[in-house]
Amino acid sequence: MYDVAVIGAGIAGTFIARELTKYDLKIVLIDKDTDISNGTTKANSAIVHAGYDAKDGTLKGLLNAKGNAMYDKVCTELDVPFKRIGSFVIATNEEEMESVRDLYERGIKNNIPNMKILTEEEVKEMEPNLSKDIIGALYAPTAGIVSPWELSVALAENAGDNGCEIRLETEVTDMKKEDDKFVIDTNHGEIEAKYIFNCAGVYADKINEMVGEKTFEIVPTRGQYNILDKSVGSLVNHVIFQAPTKSGKGVLVAPTVHGNLLVGPDAEGLDDREALETTSERIGFIREKSRKTTDKIDFRKTITSFSGLRAKPSTGDFIIEESKDASGFINVAGIESPGLSAAPAIAEYAIDIFRNINTDLKDNENFNPTRKPVIRFMELSDEEKAEIIKKDSRYGTIICRCENITEGEIVDCINRNAGGKTVDAIKRRVRPGMGRCQGGFCGPRVMEILARELKEDIKNIVKDSRKSYILTEETKQA
Amino acid sequence: MLNYNVVVIGGGPAGLAAAIEAKKNGVDNILVIERDRELGGILQQCIHNGFGLHEFKEELTGPEYAERFIVELRNMGIEYKLDTMVLDMNQNKTISAINSTDGFMNIQAKAIVLAMGCRERTRGAISIPGARPAGVFTAGTAQRFVNMEGYMVGKKVVILGSGDIGLIMARRMTLEGAQVQAVAELMPFSGGLTRNIVQCLDDYGIPLLLSHTITEIKGRDRVEGIVIAQVDEKFKPIPGTEKEFECDTLLLSVGLIPENELSVQAGVDMDRITSGPIVNEAMETNIEGVFACGNVVHVHDLVDFVTAESRRAGASAAKYVNNELKKEGTTLKTEGKNGVRYIVPQVVRPENIDKTLDLFMRVDNVYHNVEMVVKIDGKEVKRMKKRHVAPGEMESVKIKKEDLSCADGSKIEVYLEKEACLKKEVYLEKEGA
Amino acid sequence: MKKHELVCIVCPMGCRLDVIEEKEKYTVLGNKCPRGKDYGVKELTNPTRVVTSTVKIEGGLLNRIPVKTNGDIPKDKVFECMKLLDKIQLKAPVKAGDIVLKNIFNTGIDVVTSRSM
Repeated sequence: MYDVAVIGAGIAGTFIARELTKYDLKIVLIDKDTDISNGTTKANSAIVHAGYDAKDGTLKGLLNAKGNAMYDKVCTELDVPFKRIGSFVIATNEEEMESVRDLYERGIKNNIPNMKILTEEEVKEMEPNLSKDIIGALYAPTAGIVSPWELSVALAENAGDNGCEIRLETEVTDMKKEDDKFVIDTNHGEIEAKYIFNCAGVYADKINEMVGEKTFEIVPTRGQYNILDKSVGSLVNHVIFQAPTKSGKGVLVAPTVHGNLLVGPDAEGLDDREALETTSERIGFIREKSRKTTDKIDFRKTITSFSGLRAKPSTGDFIIEESKDASGFINVAGIESPGLSAAPAIAEYAIDIFRNINTDLKDNENFNPTRKPVIRFMELSDEEKAEIIKKDSRYGTIICRCENITEGEIVDCINRNAGGKTVDAIKRRVRPGMGRCQGGFCGPRVMEILARELKEDIKNIVKDSRKSYILTEETKQA
Repeated sequence: MLNYNVVVIGGGPAGLAAAIEAKKNGVDNILVIERDRELGGILQQCIHNGFGLHEFKEELTGPEYAERFIVELRNMGIEYKLDTMVLDMNQNKTISAINSTDGFMNIQAKAIVLAMGCRERTRGAISIPGARPAGVFTAGTAQRFVNMEGYMVGKKVVILGSGDIGLIMARRMTLEGAQVQAVAELMPFSGGLTRNIVQCLDDYGIPLLLSHTITEIKGRDRVEGIVIAQVDEKFKPIPGTEKEFECDTLLLSVGLIPENELSVQAGVDMDRITSGPIVNEAMETNIEGVFACGNVVHVHDLVDFVTAESRRAGASAAKYVNNELKKEGTTLKTEGKNGVRYIVPQVVRPENIDKTLDLFMRVDNVYHNVEMVVKIDGKEVKRMKKRHVAPGEMESVKIKKEDLSCADGSKIEVYLEKEACLKKEVYLEKEGA
Repeated sequence: MKKHELVCIVCPMGCRLDVIEEKEKYTVLGNKCPRGKDYGVKELTNPTRVVTSTVKIEGGLLNRIPVKTNGDIPKDKVFECMKLLDKIQLKAPVKAGDIVLKNIFNTGIDVVTSRSM
């Protein structure tokens, strides 16, 4: 029996699981997928918003700015790349300037620091590659970019290091509340826990309805993106949003923490909670829309297109509260944008609810907030490179030629808590396959390393889901 | 700091030939750096035959062709390092490289030969919409799995792109028991060698769907189906022509891109069309003493031509080390037009030509019964009848040294003339078809 | 008289051949070398192919070693040839050109390794 079960290992679930390990509790983090961060967290804009956008008085408004301010500390503790590069909201006409000024006013109410309305000349000076039609912009220097899945994986790992148990490929099929505990049915047997955090993303309404009335609904809302080669990653220096107009929110153009260029997303409400397909119409749409920001994007440098599903709540705001039908069951649902930005504050807010229910919490005296540092070989100096290869020769073997990822880094990311077990999981952690060749060269070698480290037959190494097999059979077996 | 006269980056056919030729031209202390586990490059996975007709007057498989050069290299005592990756290279010809036994190395070279080859274009680069399941491979990756590692990558296959690797893999997968349903090609003609269409597709009744593309990949875990549609003249799918093929695998053979990240980072000037370095008759780049050859310069269809070109690069590197490469004299520029997409080399210094200059080029479309014309300084020096030219088949022209004696800055122009018309059907027309 | 249009597959040149058939006599046009002439006639009378594939190997750098028929075999024997290869298991070291299967289908053609390992 666990004290707490956290359902869903996305950004909210992993932040909460790690926060819980600060207390003397028996915790389990459960996810249906083969990896941490495999839902909304793995496919979104990767932006830590400054927080001017949300209406004051909403949870989004309260938690975005607060979460933003917490990012430096947690990313330092967990050795996760985070860059506070600032954001622009650009306007190309007076109507859009009006909405830029509205956002500024809202930002003041939300206590967003150091915002400024830029003139046309200031925009040109700070972002020379933007459209000539831009007449001004809102500048928010506290906005940042982060790698959401790396952060989520690091949180899970740190939670694991501090005693949290992690059960992947464990799908919650049903749940019932008994006197003082919840009994969770999964595809891998029953799990019992006294408290539940429902962080199930686009499935959060379904999980909620297992123990109570339908109080909210999640509408999976798809957004499609283009990601471009690093050679065009420095086209912009800030996250560039378009001013919202009557016809919609526009698309963003932003560098990623790893130096690629991200363009997207659109928004499309769907019934299907797994509909991660991209469509040529929508990709064409975001490309067309991006021209308002800049016409200098060379889409021939596209590395890949992808789509993500936002967990859009029917209530319009984050739902972070104890269920009225099942005490001890805390919903952390509807975490759509700015969920990533707010996540550290969401966890704090949710834990406050938990502490109000569970008043005799003891601290975990052994809690260590720091994750074992990650060696990023190409970021080392020549001397450090020489040194690390001497210590461990596996850092002398490059597996991924596009991003220069060494065998040492891949082996390390497999063997950590919440380690990568699939080809995509390795790609998310240390990036082989993220580059131009998209795994063409390194794919077979990553599979070999996975098979060796996991002591698995290479035929059982999958791309992502358990059913996403890569090899069918050996040749010459007839 | 390690010191070498010539460092060759890449141990595939280009690098091997360059290193051997440098040695034959009187230079010692040569190093070949190879990032894979053995020499030979992609040839080691190209187990089909058809290599070496020009070089050896016989038909070899890829590994056989590679082995001849590897043996020669070893016999000559040329040093090489395997599983070694070059991380950085600069204008002073200092290279940093790593491997697991030597660790981190700084290497000073007098001359460098870039021979990194090319990589395959991917699904993302051509933005095929749909799901992102397992089972989508570039043809070359599939080839490595099947031919070297001994694993099949699928049972029911659709191939996009009719480049040579795609065609070869259609036959290879068929022979290993898979069912190849179709090869779809965006262009109205194939990018591969015609003989490969005959012996890889026609032999096994695999349809080649010209002017077709993929409009959707289906399947969330593993590929379950591929939707193929016909395209119009602007390569846009024609609504209503979609057809779904049930399959578990999609192979992509949609082009090769020279791998020049290292070159660009070192400041080598690039040709926008070839995506390779701009080179002169000596295969030298804009950085003095840095040469390039093989698929890193432009994608070849025949390894024999890679070898010939790389010999020139290796010999030039040796000349450079021995101060025999001439820098004085006139400089001419080559220019392809009217159907000729590009020419390599882009720059020619007649002083360094012995007897003849070889120009290599690709045309931009399929043409029948045309004449290829060479003009130097506005004067026609050569005219050749061509029954058939196609983008998938590299053309070459020999020019006599005496024709090159003209004013500094003159142009060498090559273009197509007469009856230049695209005939898509004729290209594949065969008896009864 | 009957005219057949073929593409020669003997080498990567891919010559376009016109083979004129008249009273079981064949005239080949368009070939750039004598081998093309032979191909044109043979393709219409008794088509043959070289087979390249792999066989299992133990103790080598790789799990499979490439092999080829050291000459043409009848086109309709290609799949049968593949079946024979499934049963072969080599042990490293081997040299390029080592015979794996001798005189297959009584054609006088051997299957040989096409690299050393």
